[in-house]
Amino acid sequence: MSSAARSRRTAGASLAVLAAVGGLVACSSSPEGAGSTSASQTAGGGTYTIWDPYPQHDKSSEWVKLLEKCGTDAGVKVERTGYDTSDLTNKALLAAQQGNSPDVLIVDNPVVSTLAEAGVLTTTEENKLDVSAIAPNLLAAGQSGGKSYGVPIGANTLALYYNKEVLKEAGVDIASVKDWTSLTAALEKVKAAGKKGITFSAIGTEEGSFQFLPWFWGSGASLTKLDSPEGVSAVALWTDWLKKGYAPNSVINNTQTTSWQEFAGGDYAFAENGTWQLANAKKAGFEYGIIPVPGKDGGTAPAPTGGEFVSIPAQSDTGRYTTSQKLVTCLTSTDNSLTTTTTLSYIAPTEAVQAKQVAATPDLQVWVDAVKAAKGRTSDDLGTKYPKISEPMWSAVQAALSGSKSPQEAMTAAQAAAASATQ
Amino acid sequence: MRSGQWAAWAFLTPVVLYLLVFYAYPLYRNVELSLRNYTVRSFVQGDAPFAGFANYAKVFADATFGPALWHTVVFTLVSLALQFTIGLVLAMFFLKNFRLSATLRGLFLVPWLLPLIVSGSTWSWMLNSDSGVVNAVLAWLGIGPVNWLTSPDWSLWSVIIANIWIGIPFNLVVLYSGLQAIPPAIYEAAALDGANGWQRFWKVTFPLLRPVSAITLLLGLVYTLKVFDIIWIMTKGGPSGSSTTFATWSYRLGFGNLVPSFGPGAAVGNLLIVMALVFGLIYIRAQRRQAPV
Repeated sequence: MSSAARSRRTAGASLAVLAAVGGLVACSSSPEGAGSTSASQTAGGGTYTIWDPYPQHDKSSEWVKLLEKCGTDAGVKVERTGYDTSDLTNKALLAAQQGNSPDVLIVDNPVVSTLAEAGVLTTTEENKLDVSAIAPNLLAAGQSGGKSYGVPIGANTLALYYNKEVLKEAGVDIASVKDWTSLTAALEKVKAAGKKGITFSAIGTEEGSFQFLPWFWGSGASLTKLDSPEGVSAVALWTDWLKKGYAPNSVINNTQTTSWQEFAGGDYAFAENGTWQLANAKKAGFEYGIIPVPGKDGGTAPAPTGGEFVSIPAQSDTGRYTTSQKLVTCLTSTDNSLTTTTTLSYIAPTEAVQAKQVAATPDLQVWVDAVKAAKGRTSDDLGTKYPKISEPMWSAVQAALSGSKSPQEAMTAAQAAAASATQ
Repeated sequence: MRSGQWAAWAFLTPVVLYLLVFYAYPLYRNVELSLRNYTVRSFVQGDAPFAGFANYAKVFADATFGPALWHTVVFTLVSLALQFTIGLVLAMFFLKNFRLSATLRGLFLVPWLLPLIVSGSTWSWMLNSDSGVVNAVLAWLGIGPVNWLTSPDWSLWSVIIANIWIGIPFNLVVLYSGLQAIPPAIYEAAALDGANGWQRFWKVTFPLLRPVSAITLLLGLVYTLKVFDIIWIMTKGGPSGSSTTFATWSYRLGFGNLVPSFGPGAAVGNLLIVMALVFGLIYIRAQRRQAPV
């Protein structure tokens, strides 16, 4: 009797332990069934599903209205679900595993090659999407093995915002900022005037790599060799700024949003940030300007392209592609592209629409130029290798900025890690 | 007799099904995931080759393994020790009923009620190197700024401090109810025998509180081992891995990268489950030894 009670208690307690740790399973394994929350995705007939990473746009937004209009034009009903960007990759992979991918999937561009590698997406040859008008440097982010896996819906990239009042107080002429040396000299003057230099985001995620790339590429370095003298010089530039107090120590933990908040405080001379902050810049309450990120020896550094691709996931019923193709063409057509890019605060992927955007808002010219100089992270046929290089790279930047390694040591270790991961 | 057995099974079925679907199957999947070599392609097509313990070997050989294990141990033990001590001291304090004691006790529960995203973000603002209130106070006291979240020497301690703050209410509540269950007559007897306050605590309170303490520590251990949100919100396990624990490492492997590595991620998750299980078994053993035969 007592031993039975005891063993029951033992079993009970072990289960309690299992149950308490059970929460972890959701973290560390594929959450079965988590992807099937939208029950309508298998509905046949006239319903087409679209997944996008814009949960901030609700049913009453221009974006969703456009989706519905495109559906009406194609003679079908559109079921749209907005997911958080970081969630969408795994959701799309799970849906593909369960055989219920959406008809149209809008994903962040560096993810396209991963999904293509997984066999989730159809090529533009299969789905008959027309990509001839798209700028080649933007399209490249969605290409892998010579095939295109979607159409960019719009692009954004990084540039330097500057605070005119702070620069004036410090006696810096923005026209003099042309390369790294003159930028550093400007930061020195700003600091001497009692203001703060520059803020950016060097957080330990993909966001950190995104912000570091303009400097990395601007030095002439290539992602296939992180520890080249050029690559090390880019890390050294940032490290030096932190040491001399030109950039705050908080950049190591800054997201692009927190970095923007620092700049919006009004004390910083420069901030590296994206097209999407334009609306906030107008609300900041001080005069601002924008210059492209300078290259090491002058010129415009290639910044990474941001923005999403519209793609058509593979379906068992290939007859659906025709309608899906109509939906995508509607979203990316010259007429609608202006609406789409304005709604989403993007630069259009085609020259024709870019010209219209600049005509409507002359401020956008600097961004159009920046987008023209920009480069896809997965370009140069890196594809799915990029994430395996990016992680060691952001870790190295963090190690150097926090002082645990020298720039050279950090990049040498990163190159070794990247080389073994991409073998 | 026979029909009675049928009824027993009928009553058992729902709970058995529940356990199978929500506990046994996910655990089984997690083990399976850790034993196969998943790429994004084989994940979608479900034909990942069996890899045996290759994922575990990879995890053990990873440069992150040693530091992550050490951080997990330090994080868990320091958090537990301080949460328990502070919780017990506060519980003793509140046992003496004084005016507003109920209100004050209620206030101590606030950390428990707040969503972790709120506490995590608030701590990370307070500990910000340049604009955080903590450094502002330190500067006022004449102490130089500390890079709480951005220095490899401090990041782990910052997340431990935040985690202790969050864990105190749990310890306070459980230990407080444990203390209330000790009959006052024993204290009276001890006082009559001439025991001073210190002796009353060590000779009466502490031994009688042992069963409650044991379960508090075990639950605290399991909760602390798997703490993820606080660390992820405050430091993302950085800078350069200096506050990475098994929980954040597992997440980073599985979800924190553009190309997920499900296999190694699941392997790290399983190691955590095993760690928790080991302590659970130690607890059961200790209980059995205590129980009068």
